[in-house]
Amino acid sequence: MNETSQTNSSAAEIDRSCCIPLLALFGGAALWLVVGAVLALLASIKFHAPDFLANCACLTYGRLQPAADDALLYGFCLPAGLGVALWLLARLGGTPLRGVIVPIVAANLWHLGVTVGLVAILIGDSTGFTWLEFPRGGSVPIFFAYLLLALWSIMIFAGRRERTLYPSQWFLVAALFWFPWIYSSANLFLLTSPVRGVAQAVIGWWFANNLLLVWTGLVGLGVAFYFLPKITARPLQSHYLVLFAFWTFILFATWCGIPPGAPVPAWMPTLSAVAAAWLLVPLFVIFLVVWRTVCGSVKSNWNNTSFCFIGSGIDAFLLSGLMLMAMACPEINRFTNFTWFGPAETQLRLYGFFAMTMFGAVYYILPRAVGLEFPFPKLARAHFWLSLAGIVLLVVPLAIGGIVQGWKLQHPDTVAFADTTKVMLPFLRVSTLGLLAMLLGNLLFFANIMGLTLRWKIALIKQFLAFVKSPLEAASASASLRRDKEVRA
Amino acid sequence: MKNGFLVFLASFVVLGGSWCGFVLAPVLQLGGQQQTTILNSSDVYPVGRPGEANQGLQVYRANGCAACHTEQIQQEGVACDVVLTSVGKNPLAVTNAISGLKLTGLDSVAASAAVDSINAAGGKAEIHINATGPDITRGWGLRHSVAEDFLYDDPVQLGSVRIGPDLADVGTRRPDANWQLLHLYAPQSVVNGSAMPPFRYLFRVQNIGGEPSPDALNLPKGFAPPAGYEVVPTAKARELAAYLLSLQADVPLHDAPFTQPPAVSKP
Repeated sequence: MNETSQTNSSAAEIDRSCCIPLLALFGGAALWLVVGAVLALLASIKFHAPDFLANCACLTYGRLQPAADDALLYGFCLPAGLGVALWLLARLGGTPLRGVIVPIVAANLWHLGVTVGLVAILIGDSTGFTWLEFPRGGSVPIFFAYLLLALWSIMIFAGRRERTLYPSQWFLVAALFWFPWIYSSANLFLLTSPVRGVAQAVIGWWFANNLLLVWTGLVGLGVAFYFLPKITARPLQSHYLVLFAFWTFILFATWCGIPPGAPVPAWMPTLSAVAAAWLLVPLFVIFLVVWRTVCGSVKSNWNNTSFCFIGSGIDAFLLSGLMLMAMACPEINRFTNFTWFGPAETQLRLYGFFAMTMFGAVYYILPRAVGLEFPFPKLARAHFWLSLAGIVLLVVPLAIGGIVQGWKLQHPDTVAFADTTKVMLPFLRVSTLGLLAMLLGNLLFFANIMGLTLRWKIALIKQFLAFVKSPLEAASASASLRRDKEVRA
Repeated sequence: MKNGFLVFLASFVVLGGSWCGFVLAPVLQLGGQQQTTILNSSDVYPVGRPGEANQGLQVYRANGCAACHTEQIQQEGVACDVVLTSVGKNPLAVTNAISGLKLTGLDSVAASAAVDSINAAGGKAEIHINATGPDITRGWGLRHSVAEDFLYDDPVQLGSVRIGPDLADVGTRRPDANWQLLHLYAPQSVVNGSAMPPFRYLFRVQNIGGEPSPDALNLPKGFAPPAGYEVVPTAKARELAAYLLSLQADVPLHDAPFTQPPAVSKP
């Protein structure tokens, strides 16, 4: 414990100190979430009607799909994760946020970078590397915005009044630190001074895996390990297991990502496959921790929307982890490689796990930070059901369809290639419905965030007007306050 | 749990380990990769793509073709065939030697044993190596893709989903630029029931003024523009077609051997 700190700031004070940065981060994130869902839906329609919007270069499938993916990842997941991390580190450290102007500027810089990046993809300026499509105009702003936000978070962490670390802080600090490293490495070796040949592909896979599995995993799990005990009012079972999960997770997950059969030296995919197999250890420990923490309290907390979001997020994380392990196993990979099974797994992790966990956290944090209730609290419940239905309708058909497609791809003597495409159509139709449900859910989220922002602005204006209208009362009130102080002195 | 610095240091080592493994090591191992020689030949591989095809790689990137197409042929193994090249002076002995032998689909040990017994009988035989696997059977290529195939590509776009067929060797499979252009403008005009979206924005529909353009596409009925108009590929379409034609992974290499079938071997 820090003896010099006179008074620990109250939780409410810390919450309110994060208000404007969080509104800036989450507001933009909610917008990108909707944009990404619209782009994904447009891309999905192309499977039913290849001629749909075919005359427009900007809206061809090969541009829409990466733009939709990046809008979800860079537009929503990263800023939402950074906002939640900022708040969580302030809360856990017992330190209010100081110098709010920096995170506010960083949030706007971030959203500017995403805007530039998405427009660049749509006009054909993508870099061509999966999950790293933003060209310099987009990647430089988001890199510096990230550095500012991470720096501010780390400063809160370093100046914490509560010295004993809670496991969530390990996860968040490691994630904050890891992204600049992987993002700068990938940009440096792939774009600034590109390496030769397939080393590019290896670095691209390493980057994508470390962002999509390790970064999202660290932030999402850190957030879940804070909120699940908090909401259920039961202690985390136990800190040591969580720390064991932390070490095994960063030890094994960072080595996954090189697909079997890739045209690279054989040691690389082999190492990845071994790492993916060992991933079972952290997955099992995480399952154990969550099960022992929330077991028996699910029913009583079922009416808490944040709990539903985060709980289903953890389930999606474990399931997607198992899918990832399956894909790394050569015997199963024969039937999943190059099929829709891979995108299904990625969507399950990004939306089913990470975005859902963030929704739960934002629904918990934002009303406290702003000091006002959401304008449509009931829509949060509808959002949960729509998102859950959407992700199930998206992932289950694509995963099953992927295996069917893979089986057909493996039988060239009896199945023509055109049939492997045709067999996917019914599955893709259902997945389009899933995307539609997700879009509706995202819209509800957007409406709540924007409604709350509006309420906050109206409250600010009212406060201001009240101040302008009654200068005398305010002056006399402060005068009486002074008088009181003098009397006490 | 108060030793923040130790925790930081340990995480740094763990995370940095994967950086060394999958960033530093590949750069060291593959970053300086050079051309290699073709098996049983003194020619080097790969030679860079011609300029137009290189620009086509950028069209491929800009339009996100890798979202649906892979460029990596997979292979399960090899099967050896023993081919008799000469019966020698004693045909009867060779026939007798062959009659008890299995000559196709062998592993390399069995194949050399078969060649030895034929040689012992006075004949001459050689081993033909064929790659095996679903992709090879589909005719997508003659061998699996290797690192050398991508030596001059920037960016390297291997792709991860086969919504469309693999393109690693499409230039050998579909060597006709005109076919590629027709397929880009109206995929269903050449591939019945194709799910590929048309890339009409890479073409110009223009009024035939006087002389028809020599580049105009010869589209089948139902896809042709109205009378008096013609469809002409833009530079981008031609570059993309040139890139697709340049995708030829059709030479045997030391780490991906196969025997070239005579019909496919290039002059």
